[in-house]
Amino acid sequence: MEQAAKDTYLLTMRHIDMFFPGVKALKDVSFNLKKGEIHSLMGENGAGKSTLVKVLTGVYQKTRGEIEFDGQVIAPKTPLESQKLGISTVYQEVNLCQNLSVAENIYIGREPKTAWGGIDWATMSERAAKLLNEKLGLSLDVNKTLGFYPVAMQQMIAIARAIDTQCKVLILDEPTSSLSDHETARLFEIMRSLKEQGISIIFISHFLEQIYTICDRITILRDGTYVGEYEVKNLKRIDLISKMMGKEISEGEIESNLDKATASSDVLVETSKVTVPGKVKDLSMQINKGEVIGLAGLLGSGRTEIAETLFGVLQKSEGSIKIDGTEISIKNPMSMMLNKIAFCPEDRKLAGIIGDLSVRENIILAMQAKDGMFRHMPRAKQNELADYYIKLLRIKVSDREQKISTLSGGNQQKVIIARWLATEPNLLILDEPTRGIDVGTKSEIEQLAVSLAKEKNMSVVFISGELGEEVRTCSRVMVIRDHEKVTELNGDEISTAHIMQAIAGDYHGHA
Amino acid sequence: MDMLKKLSHSSLALPLAALALLLLFNALFVDDFFKIEVMENGNLYGRPIDILYRASSLIILALGMTFVIATGGVDISVGAVCAISAASCCVMLGGDISGIPEHPFVLAILCGIGAGVLAGIWNGTLVAKFKIQAMVATLILLTAGRGIAQLLTDGQIITVYYKPFSYIGGNIPGIPLPTALLIALCMVSLVIWLDRKTSLGLMIQSVGINQTASKYAGINVTLVLFCVYIFSGFCAGTAGLIEGSFIRAADANNCGLNMEMDAILAVTLGGTLMIGGKYYIGGTIIGAITIQTLTTTMYAVGVSSDRLPAVKAVVILLIIVIQSEKFKQMYRNYRLKQGSSAAKEAEHA
Repeated sequence: MEQAAKDTYLLTMRHIDMFFPGVKALKDVSFNLKKGEIHSLMGENGAGKSTLVKVLTGVYQKTRGEIEFDGQVIAPKTPLESQKLGISTVYQEVNLCQNLSVAENIYIGREPKTAWGGIDWATMSERAAKLLNEKLGLSLDVNKTLGFYPVAMQQMIAIARAIDTQCKVLILDEPTSSLSDHETARLFEIMRSLKEQGISIIFISHFLEQIYTICDRITILRDGTYVGEYEVKNLKRIDLISKMMGKEISEGEIESNLDKATASSDVLVETSKVTVPGKVKDLSMQINKGEVIGLAGLLGSGRTEIAETLFGVLQKSEGSIKIDGTEISIKNPMSMMLNKIAFCPEDRKLAGIIGDLSVRENIILAMQAKDGMFRHMPRAKQNELADYYIKLLRIKVSDREQKISTLSGGNQQKVIIARWLATEPNLLILDEPTRGIDVGTKSEIEQLAVSLAKEKNMSVVFISGELGEEVRTCSRVMVIRDHEKVTELNGDEISTAHIMQAIAGDYHGHA
Repeated sequence: MDMLKKLSHSSLALPLAALALLLLFNALFVDDFFKIEVMENGNLYGRPIDILYRASSLIILALGMTFVIATGGVDISVGAVCAISAASCCVMLGGDISGIPEHPFVLAILCGIGAGVLAGIWNGTLVAKFKIQAMVATLILLTAGRGIAQLLTDGQIITVYYKPFSYIGGNIPGIPLPTALLIALCMVSLVIWLDRKTSLGLMIQSVGINQTASKYAGINVTLVLFCVYIFSGFCAGTAGLIEGSFIRAADANNCGLNMEMDAILAVTLGGTLMIGGKYYIGGTIIGAITIQTLTTTMYAVGVSSDRLPAVKAVVILLIIVIQSEKFKQMYRNYRLKQGSSAAKEAEHA
């Protein structure tokens, strides 16, 4: 029996370890792929999905473990080597050449040659057209440049390129993230037809809906470790989520709450049917004065995108945003800053700190940008402001002229928060403010969010992947799934269990 | 002692040391290097004055270049823009041998500077608005600029006989210091004012260090980039007038030739990194003066002008290597080793 099960596997990866200098990215991970199945690799960002795929395709070299493919042990050193073995990858971003023709893109590096050693253009076009037609059911002009076709079509072309080379395993890494619903459905058709042709597909996606639509089996990873392997039809969504997050869900789980803020009935921000193509779907929400509202959802569910839309980084294509009852047009972050909205972005290093500048300069930056170039804040005022916030937020610095890049993550985060508090906002959006921060600072920031709402009547949008944090701080939680608002939880409804159920689509509320 | 220690840790230490070394060399080997005389017409004369005077247009170019480089860009068109500026001014004045200008002098000057600002707007639009790499965007005017200058002058070298035009590159009667030096001083003051009294400096550095974060902090990145290229064009326009006035003519092919490279060099010698971020106005000025001192020194010790570039290259190579982070680290390691072996010897003794 055991032996029989083994024989059905096309690919097995056993006890894979992968070390990067100082980090253990994969710890004893196993993965089994049957012939002709669609297998999903699930896990939150940083769980090790991409690393595992890269070990398989030869981008990284595993530290320990064994890969058995089609009856023999393999250890690919380069992506080219794994391609030759029959393992092809299509990445999230189409990495083909926009300015070459479709046929050239499919056959680049292995062009059919004429007797003279030149490229046989006629054969190449013919084969490309035939390939697209037979395998994917597409008929398009293969002599047009790739850039002529929309992204979805380019993705299909990338798949065509991948499967032409005696492909046995096709890896699709987030292929649907830039596709519309209709295009996704088309991709699924193609995936099913490839499956019938006996090709195994490893499918990586953040969208739960899609996993349940298309996949046969799931392997779950968490923090670089193997959680388990499941039949999709036997795994409830709620279980999938709790396994991904590493948290058992028990009904009635009680969290110790902060003394939460109570929202006033005055509405500060109201959005109606706001849509950003591919990022935010049909969002209608209200933010009241003096409340801490949480956005919960899996990574990649569209939490950050909602925040970025509110701050004017992303531009809505439809819908309206009202602040204090008046509809406003948003052009850029500045127009939202002038409406007293502030935003601490998720990626502190990339979008938050100005590394080489001092703590003082980092604190006054947003305020100075708001005042404009020629209304320069006098140095004495800058010092006063910087010192005030260093003291208020208990930022640990040797003095205000210390470079921000030399501070710890938590203190950097406090400086960024100080930057925005200095602009005296009515709405403060905190996107993952506690990620990568020590426990002490973490609870300080949570308390800060609550006290700003309570004492200054400020509205705070609190985005966090850590549900416990949402439960502790928020007086209302909006649950986001697949770029859409699913539900809202109020007051006593807010618990880790309820939020998880809502993310899985199993929570229907008391009402 | 404390002052010295502080100075040796400041960003100006190395540029200053390089300049001091050059001056020391001059003091030892060139007779009367530091002698300043008062000429019959009251003008000051001497090598130090000559260096500052010759360095002034480079200082001006380098000031504009400092801001551009601080944003992470570069403007390699400034030399060619000098030629356009000089050509515009000379065309406006005309080459009438009687010395009567075709248009008022003030208008001609404004035309020269205006041409520089226009070039800056062109560069700024390409870099800030169309997000073209700075090197590529400014390459267009580097190659086309001299052609434009030729077009303006109809391919002729227009020699200007109007007397006051020569005052820009020489002396205004009755004022002992060269006009170019005074213009440079004005520009330096303007830049220091911009740096201290506006938040342009903060925004430029912020954009240079982290564009994304700057955008999230509400800084109008496009506008900041646009401004620095316009200012660089303005500087090039001003420097072009000085360069034109030196020879009292619009020489489209040679005016400001290779000055963009000297300007970039001055900025980097001054300690501003090509990747952008923190900039050092003082360092830039010292860098520009160092380059000119080097040239003057070479002439003074009799290096012929055809060999000058080679010698200059060697000296600059030395300065840059000594300033590099890697070299500093090697030096520190060496000191550390020395220290430990000295300690061992002391033990043995």
